[in-house]
Parts: sequence; structure tokens; C-alpha cells
Amino acid sequence: MELTARKLVTIVTEAALEDTLVRDIETLGARGYTITDARGKGGRGKRDATWAPHANIRLEVLCGANTALAICTALRERYSDNYSMVIYVGDVDVLRPEKF
Amino acid sequence: MENFEPVVLFFLLGVIAGLVRSDLKIPGVLYESLSIFLLLAIGLKGGVELARYQLLDVALPALVVVIVGALIPLAAFPILRRIGKLSRADAGSIAAHYGSVSVVTFAVGSAYLARLGQVAEGYMTVFLVLLELPALVIGALLARHGERGTPWGRVLHEVFAGKSIVLLLGGLVIGWLAGPDGIAPLDSVFFDLFKGLLAFFLLEMGLVAASRIGDLRRAGVFLLLFATLMPLAAGGLGLITGQVLGLSVGGITLLATLYASASYIAAPAAMRIAVPAANPALSIGAALGITFPFNLIVGIPLYHRFAQHLQHAGV
Repeated sequence: MELTARKLVTIVTEAALEDTLVRDIETLGARGYTITDARGKGGRGKRDATWAPHANIRLEVLCGANTALAICTALRERYSDNYSMVIYVGDVDVLRPEKF
Repeated sequence: MENFEPVVLFFLLGVIAGLVRSDLKIPGVLYESLSIFLLLAIGLKGGVELARYQLLDVALPALVVVIVGALIPLAAFPILRRIGKLSRADAGSIAAHYGSVSVVTFAVGSAYLARLGQVAEGYMTVFLVLLELPALVIGALLARHGERGTPWGRVLHEVFAGKSIVLLLGGLVIGWLAGPDGIAPLDSVFFDLFKGLLAFFLLEMGLVAASRIGDLRRAGVFLLLFATLMPLAAGGLGLITGQVLGLSVGGITLLATLYASASYIAAPAAMRIAVPAANPALSIGAALGITFPFNLIVGIPLYHRFAQHLQHAGV
């Protein structure tokens, strides 16, 4: 079985941003994404999802290195000043690379 | 205890449970379900009542109520800016929260009146729906004065397509079209269960409010004072407006309650998108942590008493 290298971009942020982010990453070249509800604590305090304004999401995108960089740069510019947002990128191996 | 609405005790229970760090948690899904139920039920109730009126009888008072209501964020903003020394973003966002209304405060006010057997004009729900929106737009405009790049499309979409407007307005129209007889088969779900489910919701709001106490400490004395004095001033405005419009004691009380209340469901969502630089901890801490319990415990009985005096005095 053949594996191909891709990037996994993970964004943990406020649920309020979901719609906007999805639009952003699709424009930047992502061909798909996965969103899960998330809870946790960070620089902007505890986000325990007990109540809509305290809800967090984790958005994962598998993509090529260029798209990953574009997503990181754009999101950092647009949101990191005012929103709770953590972005990290990892190297992963995928099957069927043409999907990403 | 005559002047105390028992359902408020559930809010206090939530606060206490939060303060003693009980493991009590209302699942997010239940919170969502409860808020959908409450919004729809309030809309339906309003719609059924509205069916008894001519639309024109409601339109003029509604226009007055909305115009006077717009004064609240406009007055709050300079106070927050000059006396509170808050940033433009925070002042605009908080002004929006206080100009907009709290559906649950309205529901508790209605329950309070119902327990005393005091009737209010059926079209109060129309005021509730109309008052939710303009302040959000005014607050966003004040906060972003002269700035470019406000995503107005997103903001307006958030406000108009937000679930609170869709459900309130939807319920209102359904209730109005169906009329009391048409809705009667649904009464056992929407009206009989209302107060019990409101109790659950208040329990959750108590828990959330308790979890925001840390924010309040950071907010400082000014915001504490603002969050108690602003509802009194706005409530006073409601009393006068209600009296001028010739509303009943119940109607005046509810209008004062609406003006005095601060939104903590629709406004936080809209302001997060419209004014990203505003710190949500401040606005939510003030609206939910102080103003909401203040109105529940002190405000509503107080507005009711003043409304009675006004009517007796025949001012």
C-alpha cells in the first residue's frame, strides 16, 4: 500500500467562527474538512461548551503544504488578535492523496 | 413572598451549585432544546393573543416603543465611553447588549404577572421581537464608527436569521394564523409545560452566571454600577412610555422589564461577529452576571409596583 505525505492543519477556535472559517478555508484551497465540538482551556480562559458563547470547535483540514501555509497565514492575520484560536500543522501520511 | 416569583429560585439554585462547584451540568444539547422550546412557546403565545387585535392598533404603539427603545443604546454608549473609559468596541458591544432584550427576563416577568392575576396586552411579544434587533445594529455602528471591513452581510444574517428571531417570529406568525382554537391541541406542550421548562433553563443560567463571577471581578466597580443602574433608568423609560401609550398595569410592567433587560443570547452571538475586538467577558458578565439576576429579583417586582402607582395616580 502506498502512502503519500500531506499536512494536517488543526484549528481549535470559537464555535461562533465556524461558518466564516469554513468559507475561508474553502476559498484558500481546502477540498474538505472535519469539524468536531471541543472543550478546553487556553490563553482566553476555560471554554467548557456548557453554553453557546463558550463553545469551541476543532476544525481539521488535510491538504498540501502550500494550502496549509496559506490557511495558517490568512487565519492568523484575520482572527488571532480577537478570537480564541490555536492552529497547528502536522505531517501525516494519507491514502488516496488525490482527495486532498 | 407575594412579590417573589418562585421560578427565580431555580436560578439561585444554579448559582449556588456553581459556587460550591457541584458536578451538576446541564448538557449543551438540553440547553439548546430548552431555548428552542421557550422561544417558540413565547412566539406562539404572542401570536395567539395578537389574533385578537387589529394590526393597526398594534403598529403605532410598536413604532413608538422601537423609537424610544433606540435611545437606550444611544444613551448607554457615551456613559460607557466617558465615565467607564471603555474602548469604543467594548462600549458599543455593551450598549448593544443593553439596548437589546432578554427573552427569559420577559418570560419571568410574564410569569410574575400571571401569578398575580394581572393581565397585559397580548401584543407585548411583538415588542419583544421588534426590540431585539435595532440595538444590535446601533451598537455595531457605534463600535465600528469610521472603520472599514465590518462584515455587514454576516452581521445582518446573524441578527435576522439567528434562531431567536426565526423562532419568535415564526411562532408569532403560526399562532396568529392558527388562532386560539387552532393552537388549543398544542396547549399541553407549549403552555402547560412552559413554566417547568423555564425552571430548567433558569437553573442552567444560574450555573453559567456563577461560572462568570471571575469575569465580574475583573470588570470593576464601574461596570457593576452600570449593570444595576442602567436597568433602573431604562425601566423608568419603559414605565413612562407605557403610561403615555395608555397600556395596562401589566403592559407597563412588561415594557419596563423589556427596556430594563439586557440580551445575553442574541447579542453575544451577533457582537462576536460584528465587533470582534470587544471583550465578550465584559458584556456577558454584566448582562448575565448582574443585570439578569437584578431584574429577576429586584427589578420586575419594582417595575410592577411603580406601574401600579402610576396608574393609581392617573398621571
